Amino acid sequence: MTAAAGHDPHGQGPDDHRSARPSEAGFPALLEDNLEDLYENAPCGYLSTLLDGTIAKINGTLLAWLGYRREELVGRRRFSDLLTGGGRIYHETHFAPMLAMQGEIGGVSLELRTRDGSRMPVLVTSIVKAGSEGQPQLIRTAIFDAKMRRAYERELLDARKAAEREDERLRHLVGKLQRSLLPAVLQTPPGLDSAAYYRAASTDQVGGDFYDLFPLVDGRWGFFLGDVSGKGVEAAAVTALARYTLRAATVYNPDPAAALHNLNTVLWQEYREDARYCTVVFGILTSTTAVGGFTAIIASGGHPEPLLLRADGSVHYHPTKGRIVGAFPNAQYTNTTVVVNPGDTLLLYSDGLTEARSVGSETADGRYGAAALARFARSLAPAPAAAAVTAIIDLIDTFGTGLTDDTAVLAIGAPPHRY
Amino acid sequence: MLVRNRNNVVVTGREGGPTLVLAHGFGCDQQMWRHVAAEIGQWAQLVLFDHVGSGQADPAAWDADRYASLDGYADDVLSICQDLDLQQPIFVGHSVSSSIGVLAANREPDRFSALVLVTPSPCYIDDETYRGGFTRDDIDDLLGSLESNYLGWSSSMAPLIMGNPERPELGEELTASFCRTNPAMAQVFARATFLSDNRADLAAVSVPTLILQCAQDAIAPPEVGAFVHAQIAGSRLVTLDATGHCPQLSAPEATAAAITSFVRAAYR
Repeated sequence: MTAAAGHDPHGQGPDDHRSARPSEAGFPALLEDNLEDLYENAPCGYLSTLLDGTIAKINGTLLAWLGYRREELVGRRRFSDLLTGGGRIYHETHFAPMLAMQGEIGGVSLELRTRDGSRMPVLVTSIVKAGSEGQPQLIRTAIFDAKMRRAYERELLDARKAAEREDERLRHLVGKLQRSLLPAVLQTPPGLDSAAYYRAASTDQVGGDFYDLFPLVDGRWGFFLGDVSGKGVEAAAVTALARYTLRAATVYNPDPAAALHNLNTVLWQEYREDARYCTVVFGILTSTTAVGGFTAIIASGGHPEPLLLRADGSVHYHPTKGRIVGAFPNAQYTNTTVVVNPGDTLLLYSDGLTEARSVGSETADGRYGAAALARFARSLAPAPAAAAVTAIIDLIDTFGTGLTDDTAVLAIGAPPHRY
Repeated sequence: MLVRNRNNVVVTGREGGPTLVLAHGFGCDQQMWRHVAAEIGQWAQLVLFDHVGSGQADPAAWDADRYASLDGYADDVLSICQDLDLQQPIFVGHSVSSSIGVLAANREPDRFSALVLVTPSPCYIDDETYRGGFTRDDIDDLLGSLESNYLGWSSSMAPLIMGNPERPELGEELTASFCRTNPAMAQVFARATFLSDNRADLAAVSVPTLILQCAQDAIAPPEVGAFVHAQIAGSRLVTLDATGHCPQLSAPEATAAAITSFVRAAYR
C-alpha cells in the first residue's frame, strides 16, 4: 500500500472542491507518495532492460507477479526469458524489430511464464530511452495485468470463430440449394451437343437464374433458361416453382407459349402481392435426323433474345416478344421457330452477362451490352456448344467484380456435317 | 498479375554492381533490411521484396494453400529472379527465408551464385537428437499470440497497411505498418515457418554459402548455426557479436560488413 492509498481525493473537507485549483489542504498526503515507492509498488509492472534485453531494473509488483527474487533476474535474465515459448518467438519476430525501427511499441498482448510455470496474460508497452545525443540507451517497459481482458477477448474471438463457422455453413447451404435448382448433369439430345454454365454473383445468397434441358416422351426435348427477380430465399422459392411448373406443363401440353401462359397464371396468383416475376425463354426442339440439325419452337417472356451462331460465321439475335412472366394477369405469348442447321449453335443467356459492368463499355451506363455480345459471338462463330460456353466463361472472368448479377448460359448446337 | 506488384519488388542500390536479392523472414517485411541496404547498396544492386501475405505484397495474390508450404514462397523467389532477368544473383535470406533460399537454390542450381543465410534454422522443433529450441506446444502458443494480437490489425488499419504499393518511399505510415500483418495470413506463414523441417535439404546446396548467426539468439541458437554449417559442404560460418534474431537491426554495420567481405571474396 502506498502512503496515499485510501485517501479520498474528494474528501477535501470544508474547502470548495468545485474550484478549478485543488485546495492545498489535499496535498500533504499526496506528497508523501514518494517516487521510489510509486515505482516499486505501482499498479503495473515496470522493467528496464539493456538494449540486448538483459534485465537491469524491475519493480516489486512485477517480481510479485512472477514469483522471482530480484537477484534471480537482474543482470541474469532477458525480458524474453520471462515469456512463454510462443511469446518469445513473437517477441523476436515482431516486438523487438518494431521497437528497434520505431523506438516504441504499445499494447502488445503476451503471456508471462511465472516461476511456478503458470501463465499470466499481460499487455506490454515499451519505449527506447535515448541518451543526450539521441543514441539508444535502454528499454523501458510497462506491463499490465490482462487476465480479465484476455478472458473477454477470448470470448470475442470465440464469437468471431462461431460467426465464421456459421458463415461457412450458410455458404454450404446456399451452394447446395443452388445446385438443387439446376440440373445435376446436363443431358444432351442424341446427335446434338450442349453445354451450360452458371455463375452466382454472391456466395452467400441463392441466385435467381435457372435453366434445364430435358427429354419428352415423344423424342422431342424441352429447354428453358430464365431469371427470377431478386435473389435469396424468396427468389429461390420462385425459381423452384417456375422450374417445376414449366416441366410439369410440358408433360400435358408441349407448347412453349402455352407453358409460359400457364407459368404466368401461377406466378400472378401466387406472388403478385410480392411483385415476384421472371423472364424466361422456353423451347421444344425436334431433331431433324435427315439433315442433322434441329428445329425449335420458342416462346419468350421478356427475356433477352437468344443468339444464333451460324456455321458460316454469321451471328444474329432471334427476335422474340412476350411480356415478363407473372407481372400481368393476362399476358399472351407467341411461338416462333428457329431452324438450327449442322454447324449452328443456339445460345441462351441471362442479362447478368449483358448487364455486367465492363471496362471499355460503349453503352451509356457502362454495361457490356447486347451489341458487344454479338460481336464477341461473331469472333467465335462457328463454334460448338462447349467451345462457345468456355469462351463466355473467359469473358465473364474479364468482368471481375463488374459481374453484379447471376449469369446463366445454355448452348445447344448441331455438329457440322462430316464428309 | 505482375510479379513486381505481387511481391512489391523494389530495386535499389548501385546499378552495375553485383546483384543481391534480400528476403525478409517471418514477422516483418523488406523494411527489415533498411539499415543494411543503406550500407551494401553503395556497391551492390539490391532487389528487395515482400513475401505474399507480408508487408505491401498484393493481398489479392494470397492463396492459403499455396503459401501453406515454403515451396510456395520459393516459387515466388524464382519467379522474381526470372521476371527481372537477374544474372546469377546472390540470395540473402533472413530466418525462414534461409530455408526458402535453400529450396529455391536446390530447385534451380544455376540460379544463384551464392547464398547468405542470416540466422537460419532448418527446423525449429526438437526431436530425439536435434535441438531446434522449441516444442510443438510453443508453436501453438505462438499461433495464439498472433491471434490475440488481432487488435493490431483492424479493418481500418488494413488499407493503410496493405494498400498503395505504388508509393515506395518510407513514410510515417509505412513505419507504423511495419511488422503488422493480417493475422489470418500470418498464421499460415507461421505454420509454414515453424513446422517445416528442411534439414535434409541442406546437404544438396552446391553454391558458396555464408551463414551469419548471432552470439545470442532466442530463436536460432548457435548449435543450430553449427548444424547448418556442418550440413552445407564448404560453407562459412560467421558469429556476430550481436543479440537477438535480427542482426540487421541490432548490428546492421557488422551484418553489412560480413556480407560485404563474403561477396568480395566470391567475386575475386
